[in-house]
Amino acid sequence: MKHNTTPTSFRRNRNPLTWLARHVQNALASLGRLARQPLPTLMTTAVIGIAIALPSGLYLLVDDVRELTGNWDGGSSISLFLTDGIDDRKAAVVRDTLARRSDVGDTRLITRAQALEEFRQRSDFGEALDLLDRNPLPAVILIRPAPFASSAADTERLAKELEQYREIALVRVDLQWIRRLEAITHTLERSILVLAGLLSTAVLLIIGNTVRLEIQNRHHEIEVIRLVGGTDAFIRRPFLYEGLWYGLLGALIALLLVTLGLGLMQGPVQHLAGLYASEFRLKLITPGTLLSILLGGPLLGLAGAWLAVGRHLARIQPE
Amino acid sequence: MIRFDNVAKRYPAGREGLARVSLQVKPGELVFVTGHSGAGKSTLLKLIGLLERTTRGQVWVNKRNLNRLKARDVPYHRREVGMIFQDHRLLADRTVFDNVALPLVVAGMGYQEIQRRVHAALDKVGLLDKERSQPVTLSGGEQQRVGIARTLVSKPPVLLADEPTGNLDPKLSREIMELFLQFNQVGVTMLIATHDIDLIQGFGKRIVQLHKGRILYDSGAVT
Ligand SMILES: Nc1ncnc2c1ncn2[C@@H]1O[C@H](COP(=O)(O)OP(=O)(O)O)[C@@H](O)[C@H]1O
Ligand SMILES: [Mg+2]
Repeated sequence: MKHNTTPTSFRRNRNPLTWLARHVQNALASLGRLARQPLPTLMTTAVIGIAIALPSGLYLLVDDVRELTGNWDGGSSISLFLTDGIDDRKAAVVRDTLARRSDVGDTRLITRAQALEEFRQRSDFGEALDLLDRNPLPAVILIRPAPFASSAADTERLAKELEQYREIALVRVDLQWIRRLEAITHTLERSILVLAGLLSTAVLLIIGNTVRLEIQNRHHEIEVIRLVGGTDAFIRRPFLYEGLWYGLLGALIALLLVTLGLGLMQGPVQHLAGLYASEFRLKLITPGTLLSILLGGPLLGLAGAWLAVGRHLARIQPE
Repeated sequence: MIRFDNVAKRYPAGREGLARVSLQVKPGELVFVTGHSGAGKSTLLKLIGLLERTTRGQVWVNKRNLNRLKARDVPYHRREVGMIFQDHRLLADRTVFDNVALPLVVAGMGYQEIQRRVHAALDKVGLLDKERSQPVTLSGGEQQRVGIARTLVSKPPVLLADEPTGNLDPKLSREIMELFLQFNQVGVTMLIATHDIDLIQGFGKRIVQLHKGRILYDSGAVT
């Protein structure tokens, strides 16, 4: 009997239609297996859902807070003290010029007389002022940056520009609080990122472990499939789909939880906003968040399953 | 079809499975492998089905050197080598039909063709009426025939059976053996391991007797 030294290659099935049909079949079969154990499936997906919902919900909240800092009442206002010789009429003209700028929001003019009146009411030196023969206070224009240009950096730049005006003697801007607020949101965002990283890892491990248990349960089946010539890809596929489904179902639960949770906060938040005379509402979900949950969940599931499959399938061989 | 060149197999524990075995099996030949328990019969078959790899020497199946076969080609090799075991190795949670269909599903065959082939295979082993049954509801002999149908369904050129009658009474054992002889008529190359010498002596087929991992006797040795 003559033997070839170079083995003839094996016939492989590369028909795309059979390939597609097999994937659809596998996906449905994996879903069916999850559906046949509703309680364990629900518990696993609920844990995954919570793990995804937590950072997503917090992210949306912080996003809202950041937006809020833009139109916070009493926000970063800039006080412009006008030059001495500017009378009320000229001051009004300056105010109107400033109001036309796109990066300027609300403006308010405090005339010299108003300034004096305010000073009289607020301070103990009111009587001392009467001794002076003329009003020593300048007219003041209070402006607030437009909402889109209200960050600390933007406000600072605006203040610099206003200093160039001839009619303006002094620009005073209090950036302290907005810098603090920015630092707080930044810190929150970073914490959420860390939290999201930790919880993603948790999801990865949960799904990996669930798939590992499933692999162990179907130990015998895997051996038999290997025996009759099942490839690694064939054996791997149902487990990868299982991970994918866990991730997707978890993502859907997360969406539900986020919407529900923020919905529950809507009432109190609106009440709180109302006390500040604000129309502010929480936005329940953004398209970007929706997309990242719906893509991230299944992707995490797939990755978790892949980890389990990579570690455990090769060890199961028929004997 | 199958060739062993000075094959030795030593298991991790240091136990010797086979020691210097050389053997040739022609296409379409049926060979009974006998010997006491521990003689190396299972080891011989496992090396052909690549359930184990040789420690020394070379095994050729269907003109391929198994030593050089890459891991990713092993499944395709197994599709050409049907294996039957004493314990059937059926899937308890699937019907007889699904069990028999498994090798075809794994190979990516279309459903119509699978159905046709599974029915033909079940017909050959006389279990056509049991296709919807669960394996546990069948007798030992019937389960073994399901296992046989599962290997026949993909029409592999090589068929290995390790103690296929180990759990069966003499009458059923004979029936199973006669089934194998029938399939051998259509040209399948077969190796059947059994310690039951009385059962196989009357068939007039080649007998290879193993003892402590060596060939003690070969009724059809080429040289
Ligand atoms: N997986 C294994 N690990 C260690 N030793 C083994 C293993 N399989 C078989 N052996 C040893 O190899 C020898 C041959 O075993 P085997 O091929 O199963 O013989 P038979 O099938 O003829 O009873 C025996 O000594 C057995 O103990
Ligand atoms: Mg044995």
